[in-house]
Amino acid sequence: MNIQEFLTIFISAVFIYNVILSRFLGLCSFIAISKETKPALAMSSAVMFVIVMSSAITWFVYRFLLVPFNLTYLRTISFILVIATFVQFVEMVVRKISPQLYRAFGIYLPLITVNCAVLGVAVLNIDMFFINGKAVAGSFYYSVFQGICVGLVYTLAMLLMSGIRERLEFCNVPEALKDFPLAFIIAAILSLSFMGFNGFKF
Amino acid sequence: MKNAIGEFTKGIIKENPTFVLVLGLCPTLAVSVSVANGIGMGIAATFVLLGSSLIVSLIRDFIPDKVRIPCYIVIIATFVTIAELCMKAYSPLLDRALGIYVPLIVVNCIVLGRAEAFACKNNLANSFFDGLGMGVGFTLALILISAIREFLGAGQILGHTLIKGFEPVFVFSMPSGALLVIGLLLGFFNIIKNKKS
Repeated sequence: MNIQEFLTIFISAVFIYNVILSRFLGLCSFIAISKETKPALAMSSAVMFVIVMSSAITWFVYRFLLVPFNLTYLRTISFILVIATFVQFVEMVVRKISPQLYRAFGIYLPLITVNCAVLGVAVLNIDMFFINGKAVAGSFYYSVFQGICVGLVYTLAMLLMSGIRERLEFCNVPEALKDFPLAFIIAAILSLSFMGFNGFKF
Repeated sequence: MKNAIGEFTKGIIKENPTFVLVLGLCPTLAVSVSVANGIGMGIAATFVLLGSSLIVSLIRDFIPDKVRIPCYIVIIATFVTIAELCMKAYSPLLDRALGIYVPLIVVNCIVLGRAEAFACKNNLANSFFDGLGMGVGFTLALILISAIREFLGAGQILGHTLIKGFEPVFVFSMPSGALLVIGLLLGFFNIIKNKKS
């Protein structure tokens, strides 16, 4: 475990393999909820929290339940169950502790269960930080750190996208391109600009 | 019978999951680099759709309303695991090409959406044809997108060079090309829809 490794994870998660713009994880919510900045920000903070926590929990499940009992083929089922339960739990806690925050999150919280970014990061962590079923040294910290990076990227992309779309609201665009098609074309240009980081090497 | 044909065909054009409902985009965009990948993903997703629609429709009377979503997710995840293991066993190359997008079929909105919107309210036969139609519609959309991308990005379709001396536009093989293609296709279908109405 060293600083350089963390830096590599950060650079590759944020710039080179940008989760939304080059891996397309969480694209549905990215297109659907990025019309205005405020809900976009609420959604991304909720997603970030769930991603970080679930990458920690799924690491424990994989390392201490699935690997010792030779059940790694149950990865998909167990991960999605853990994520669904965790999201439900968060929803109950938030509703009890802070009704205000609960109202701000609104319908976005339950929707996170089916956000590909959450399951995607959990699966990616296992693919990257477990070699032949053995955990790499410090893999828990790497997993959580990757979760944090992905959450940050998600927030960044949401903010960029919603900012652009808010301004485009007042523009005169071709009838056929309104809404979804235009959102995709904007995302294509954003993704093109992130491609510039592809040459980064350490 | 007429009803069944209607359920089957609506998924292909009128309610095409990709172009009309705009659902399940992550796999669509990520794997559509080549037609072979697109077909593989389409078949896997169709299998999961079909299986989960059948099971959900079979046990729809026994699932308590409050916990129906977790139940659906477990059923879907089971079929995804079956598809994943089969793919690993019979076609490891495809499995490597599709990567994490195979387990991600679990969170493909089309599958859960069909379970929630159709299979839990309809009988076995209708759910079967609905699932099949949606799967075929998804596969066709994937083939269309991946054919455009493979042709423009690599100058080939299914590995065969079509036009000699065609200079590939590399950006279409990159993620941003996928977003551009689907944006323009959606716009194109909007033009057709507007003309009709």
